[in-house]
Amino acid sequence: MISGPFLLLALMEGTVMAAVLALTAVGLSLVFGVMRVVNVAHGEFFMLGAVLAWFVAQAVPGPAWVAFLAALVLAPLIVAAMAALADWAVLKRLGYEPEATIVATIGLSYILQQAALSFFGPDARPIEAPFVWRIQFPWFGYSGYKIVVVVAAVAVLVAVWVLMNRSRAGLVMRATQIDRDTARAFGINVDRVYAMVFALGAGLAALAAVLLVPIQQAHYLMGHDPLLLSFIVVIIGGLGSIRGTLIAALVIGLSDGVISFFWSPTLAKILATLFVALVLVFRPQGLFGERT
Amino acid sequence: MTRDLALHLAVILALAGLSMVLPPYHHTNTARILLLAVYAMGYNIAFGYTGLLSLGHALFFGAGMYATGLLTHHGGWSALAALPMGLLAGGALALAIGLLALRTAGVSFMIVTLMFAQAGYLTVMYFTSYTRGEEGFNLARASRVIGPLDLSQDSTRYAVALAIFGAALLGQLVLVRSRLGRVMVAMRENEDRSRMLGYDPFRVKLAALVLSGVYAGTAGAAYGVMFGYVGASFVATQFSILPLLWVLLGGAGTTLGPVLGVALMFYLIDIASSYTTAHLAVIGGALLVLVLFAPRGVLGAVRERWVRWLP
Amino acid sequence: MTIHPSFKGRSTRRSVLAGLAAGGAALALPGRFAHAQSAAPIKLGFQLHRTGIGAAYGRWYERTTQAALKLLNDQGGINGRPVEIVFEDDGTDPKRGAEVVEKLTRQANCDLIFGPLFSHVVIGSAPRAAELRVPYLVCSEGFHVASGMLNRWTLQPGITDVRSQVSSMAPWVTQNLGKKVTMIFPDYAFGHDHRDFFTEAVKAQGGEVIAHVAIPPTETSFTRYFPRIPKETEVLYHVMIGPAVLTFCKELGEFYGRGARPEIFGFIDSLEAVDMAAPGLEFLEGTHFWEGHCRNIQPDATEAERAYRAAVGVDDNGASVSDARDISTYAHMFSCWETLFLIKRGMEEAGYQGPAERQKFVEAMEAMTTMAEGIEHPQGDKMFHGKTHQVFGHQNISKVESGKLIRVHRTSIEDGMYPDAVDYTTHSF
Repeated sequence: MISGPFLLLALMEGTVMAAVLALTAVGLSLVFGVMRVVNVAHGEFFMLGAVLAWFVAQAVPGPAWVAFLAALVLAPLIVAAMAALADWAVLKRLGYEPEATIVATIGLSYILQQAALSFFGPDARPIEAPFVWRIQFPWFGYSGYKIVVVVAAVAVLVAVWVLMNRSRAGLVMRATQIDRDTARAFGINVDRVYAMVFALGAGLAALAAVLLVPIQQAHYLMGHDPLLLSFIVVIIGGLGSIRGTLIAALVIGLSDGVISFFWSPTLAKILATLFVALVLVFRPQGLFGERT
Repeated sequence: MTRDLALHLAVILALAGLSMVLPPYHHTNTARILLLAVYAMGYNIAFGYTGLLSLGHALFFGAGMYATGLLTHHGGWSALAALPMGLLAGGALALAIGLLALRTAGVSFMIVTLMFAQAGYLTVMYFTSYTRGEEGFNLARASRVIGPLDLSQDSTRYAVALAIFGAALLGQLVLVRSRLGRVMVAMRENEDRSRMLGYDPFRVKLAALVLSGVYAGTAGAAYGVMFGYVGASFVATQFSILPLLWVLLGGAGTTLGPVLGVALMFYLIDIASSYTTAHLAVIGGALLVLVLFAPRGVLGAVRERWVRWLP
Repeated sequence: MTIHPSFKGRSTRRSVLAGLAAGGAALALPGRFAHAQSAAPIKLGFQLHRTGIGAAYGRWYERTTQAALKLLNDQGGINGRPVEIVFEDDGTDPKRGAEVVEKLTRQANCDLIFGPLFSHVVIGSAPRAAELRVPYLVCSEGFHVASGMLNRWTLQPGITDVRSQVSSMAPWVTQNLGKKVTMIFPDYAFGHDHRDFFTEAVKAQGGEVIAHVAIPPTETSFTRYFPRIPKETEVLYHVMIGPAVLTFCKELGEFYGRGARPEIFGFIDSLEAVDMAAPGLEFLEGTHFWEGHCRNIQPDATEAERAYRAAVGVDDNGASVSDARDISTYAHMFSCWETLFLIKRGMEEAGYQGPAERQKFVEAMEAMTTMAEGIEHPQGDKMFHGKTHQVFGHQNISKVESGKLIRVHRTSIEDGMYPDAVDYTTHSF
């Protein structure tokens, strides 16, 4: 049963999982890296992206790809605006104090969950993929859309890298990350940078979710898993390292899939979880972070 | 007798008095709250006093609950013999995980504890043939007895819960007034300085975490036996986040904050769910209000503004 | 029938709602409840999965129960007294579930409690119900009641348990779909019950379960488990639950595509509250499902079935009459309706006056045997086992044709019988 083709399938699945993870995590990494805020509501921003995508897809007439593109643009923008509002209304007032922001974002996540439950309902709802393309291998079939997700994730990651390393905005963000007070002394409007970073982080999570809804579906409790996994990816990858985030996502995506080939799936999950914990124990700064 | 001790004894006495006057519904609720408060106090020792923000404490609560529950259910142990095993299980697991996880700090510590707890949750699922996985199992009425004390009786349950709570509360007071307690706080405030003063941060933090695990394990073991149910939801992530909320709500680093936090949260959910279907939003809103206007928790604010001596 | 505004589930309101209004309105009609010795309403508590993982079910359980309550009061209530129902959210959590039992019994002063679906809530709450000596009637289809795990105060009179469902279906599956079966199920108690009882039942029919594929509880993506399905599999049996099941079905479709695939038999639990026409589910065309109660109306639907559908506000496709995209949990929710009418029957047979007669009510329930098809039992006739506190009914096997579930087989009650595992009537109260 354990044969070449199926190992290939496990690797492909691992890659898709890694792509989605990396995409979700990169937003969290930004927020966490620049603002040092542990955003527990990150998963709910992800969920909102999926839920809004469903609403947009319902509202936009015409072929599926038009509705999907509209969702891909609108949902992240709305979520980013909501995040900026949350930053201004709550986080800024807390002075970004770590414990307070954890409680505040937990509170925020309850409110967002309730909003989704009240307006979207408790059902899991799918949206149509922008196209139907099924790749038939000699041994099994595979969703072509999943490959598009991988490509899109890579493109977004490249764009974020360019933004952070080649643009003025990225320079400002990195300066703020390294030393908030010095940045302020150089005339950087730190408040605005923070609001922007928080919005960008949430928008990226929403973008990941919109890409994902045609594969999985929108549900008001869907934010939980991406939150945990993104945190793991961010920590293992090392703060602020996009390369690290990508590699950590691959390690986690693939280890889960490949380990499950050799042990019973639940045991594999336990081992993969412990493996991640031990990586952190013995390299607490992450694979690519520097000791601080 | 010091002012602190007097205050704590007064709280315990007041709770004993309450058991005479509380209407039945609130009577059982209070017994629940007291046991959960032991869990919250355990969390407070690690987080409130030592600054260890763990997201995996449900594992220690669950260790106590499952150790005692499985021994009574499958092993035929009496509750009296099985309860101390729950306490030990919580402490032992905290020791094992502390040895590893305390190599990390800050957010890494959060994630590592979360991961270990997740592995624990999956382990409960993996051994479904013994644990019945997500469903859990009931403890027979006959096994929920300690000598003459039938723990399924309301008044007995309340008394035993209060006894455990009282011991835990006084234990916590003794701890924070002890040398170890002061070093714990020093760790929280400035680890480097404490190190220079000759304290070993690792050992202090490990001691705090093990004590914390003992509290959580005790609470889990007692909760299972007293309410007759052992289930995986008590090991799930949500149940690790709850003590953090309780402690922050009541006041981290205050001895009475945990029990106050549990009680406030309990009744916030209970009352909100009677008035609105959107009670999740009420809880979320309450947390936002709290953190904006009383970021040190209720008792933290009281201590800051009015009662400076509050322990 | 128009949908009551509160059915939207959005309005903020007290939990004592339409039932109270209905009761009050009925009281205003002189003579309606004339035979009652006491005109005080009978108060029933409903443990509702309004939030948490069970919310999709909870919403429909509430709607069904409201509809049944309206009919019950229109018919004159119980023992000539009006009935009201207090709904309390348990968050689909066992700890909160036990607290809700407490609240409904001691604060709302309900005469009894019914309605929970999720097994962990039932098992977490049952000990407290027994301690409070309050009847606890669950609508959960778990094997927990009949296995003897629970207690004298906990009964399941409204829906057949999973052991019975599974064993009654095995003969048809092995005779019509194939004898080499592979099972895919979640790796915890719910899945293990399916694994154990179906494997046993298939073996008894001369078939064989050749592989068990257990999916870990936290999984959200399934493709990588499909290679574990052996090539020689004739029937693939799936029973996944939770919001990820759509993904499961879609990925299964992508895996097999239009190529050769085994016959597929699933439990509708996987797709309750999900539109069969949802994108990605085209692949389910031609596959078979267990249904407790047929979602799409069948040509031979009884009068009671049609009346029930209309009362709850469900159209011929199993969707809400006010929103065709709002699919009901049709295969399970009849249990709330039937349980409410059994409460009426049990209370009337026990001459129930108040909480002092709770024990008499349980004994009256235990004495029941047959339940006739009709408006009280729109899903069909049933047989109740007082000793095991469990009811047995007919099960349906449906085939997906043009996106509709068409019934191809209906089991007999006897098909689902198995030896008693417990005699609760010998337990003390």
